[in-house]
Amino acid sequence: MATTLKVNGAETRVDAAPETPLLYALRDDLGLNGPKYGCGLGQCGACTVLVDGRAVLSCVTPISVIGSRAVETVEGLGTAEAPGPVQRAFIELQAMQCGYCIPGMMMRTEALLRDNPDPQDHEIRAAFQTNLCRCGTHMRIMKAIRRAAELYRDANPVQEG
Amino acid sequence: MRAEGILRLLAGLVVLAVLGLAAFLLLARRAEIAPDASAATREFAPELVARGADLAAVGNCVACHTEPGEPAFAGGFDLPTPFGDIFSTNITPDPETGIGNWSLDAFRRAMRQGVDREGNHLYPAFPYDQYTRISDADIEALYAYLMTRPAIRREDTPNELIFPLGFRPVLAGWKFLFFDEGERPVQSDKSEDWNRGAYLAEGLGHCSGCHTPRNAFGALAESRHFDGGEAEGWQAVALNAANPAPIPWTEDSLYQYLHQGWNETHGIAAGPMAEVTANLRFLPDADVRAMAVYLMDQMGTREPRVTDRADLAADRGAELYAGICAQCHEDSKPLSFGGVALSQSTPVSAPHPQNLVNLVMFGLPPADGEAAPIMPPFADALDDADMVTLLTYLRARFSAAPAWQGLDRIVRDTRSGEYPVTTLPPNGIERGPANVNAAGG
Repeated sequence: MATTLKVNGAETRVDAAPETPLLYALRDDLGLNGPKYGCGLGQCGACTVLVDGRAVLSCVTPISVIGSRAVETVEGLGTAEAPGPVQRAFIELQAMQCGYCIPGMMMRTEALLRDNPDPQDHEIRAAFQTNLCRCGTHMRIMKAIRRAAELYRDANPVQEG
Repeated sequence: MRAEGILRLLAGLVVLAVLGLAAFLLLARRAEIAPDASAATREFAPELVARGADLAAVGNCVACHTEPGEPAFAGGFDLPTPFGDIFSTNITPDPETGIGNWSLDAFRRAMRQGVDREGNHLYPAFPYDQYTRISDADIEALYAYLMTRPAIRREDTPNELIFPLGFRPVLAGWKFLFFDEGERPVQSDKSEDWNRGAYLAEGLGHCSGCHTPRNAFGALAESRHFDGGEAEGWQAVALNAANPAPIPWTEDSLYQYLHQGWNETHGIAAGPMAEVTANLRFLPDADVRAMAVYLMDQMGTREPRVTDRADLAADRGAELYAGICAQCHEDSKPLSFGGVALSQSTPVSAPHPQNLVNLVMFGLPPADGEAAPIMPPFADALDDADMVTLLTYLRARFSAAPAWQGLDRIVRDTRSGEYPVTTLPPNGIERGPANVNAAGG
């Protein structure tokens, strides 16, 4: 059965059963390997993507619930040549060790900053409760999120009036 | 329904105002108990403090008297009530902003009679209607525990109550009508465990605070004892014969649930109850067992009502269940690693869908810095229509109870915040900031 998904701005058809996890469709059918399979149970956050700008755990979200909502993965935030503000912050602060959790961390950061461009530390911690890093680079990740907020505000200045 | 409620409330307020005025002339305020400058620096026997810590865990004092993320017991937590917002007070031993100059007599009067040191009546959001049953010895242990916590300077936040309830003398009228002071007699026809359990559950444990419905004046409707109530956007299930658990509780399963926060035939404590069980685990086993004995006597026994209509039509709801719930809830992994079979889930079989809505939307948040069961939130994955379809399917398939009415509105209001739901991590008293090892553990 074919389902139409809007991913990183482009409409695309996925031939898969409706209960197929969005993560599988993104990786296996669309070749978007940014979102990672960590636990498969929505407990680690490695699979985090955006659905209509909100962070969603794609491993426990079937493709049938997406409908016309826009899906964004880390590939949609920028390219290796032209990384977006969140990606630049993570590169600048070298926030990754093995890197497996980082695409999920970046998508969670993107969702947080769209909602709250100037998050306090406790707000960052609360938002990232569902994203784990087994290497223990949390302090660098925190720094990268704070830096991303600065870069994000520069890239998206608040309109006066 | 809502208009009727408002009328009832207005009528109630008028009565309350008249009573309050009468009471004001008689007992507007009680005598002040002189400040005790030495109270905060007194030394207490370590055993007394440790017992006070256990008791504070039963009372879950920390939950209301702590603003999440702020120092334990320093108050400021917003308790929304139908009458406005009440902010919990600072009960650390700071002499100026806390209870640092309260003598034991003043503390006992607050617990027993709901009157502060200066003589002002306290709002019954502080459950003195139940704390009044606590023994002198236990009150002294609680006092020893609180007076040895770190003193935190934090001014109390003024309450935001509807007129005329900001005027404390009206509480004299409330107490006259609804407050029954004093310890309850031992029931000699019941076991020692039963009596101990009743003492803990009906006194310091103040189970009724959430699990008994309230009348228009915010007082416990004792004729409907343990009939179920509401707290912080969550339904507190009935703890009497109306308890909706598909598999009836037993003394063992209830003991396990209260002690560790989950039981494999019932599931995981959620909402405000998660904090309650997170604290109860510090209680001596015999006391938790006694509470289970008492509560089991309230619930009684009945046949299980486990339903699984697996032959329901393969519709949209079935598809959502397969794609979202089944991978954990039909997993062979035992609790608390897998999810409870939904045919055994109390929220799926409860009279009101709110707890299930809350769980699917917000999940079970992880506890800070410790192993704890979690469930991912689905609020941003599912739109309202799919949420309603899924919940309708779960009810039809996994419960013998009739379909819920008004799910659309409940889902919409929960998502928008029109109906506020508190979701806090299941942190116990031990996890309260600045309070690690408070229980001597």
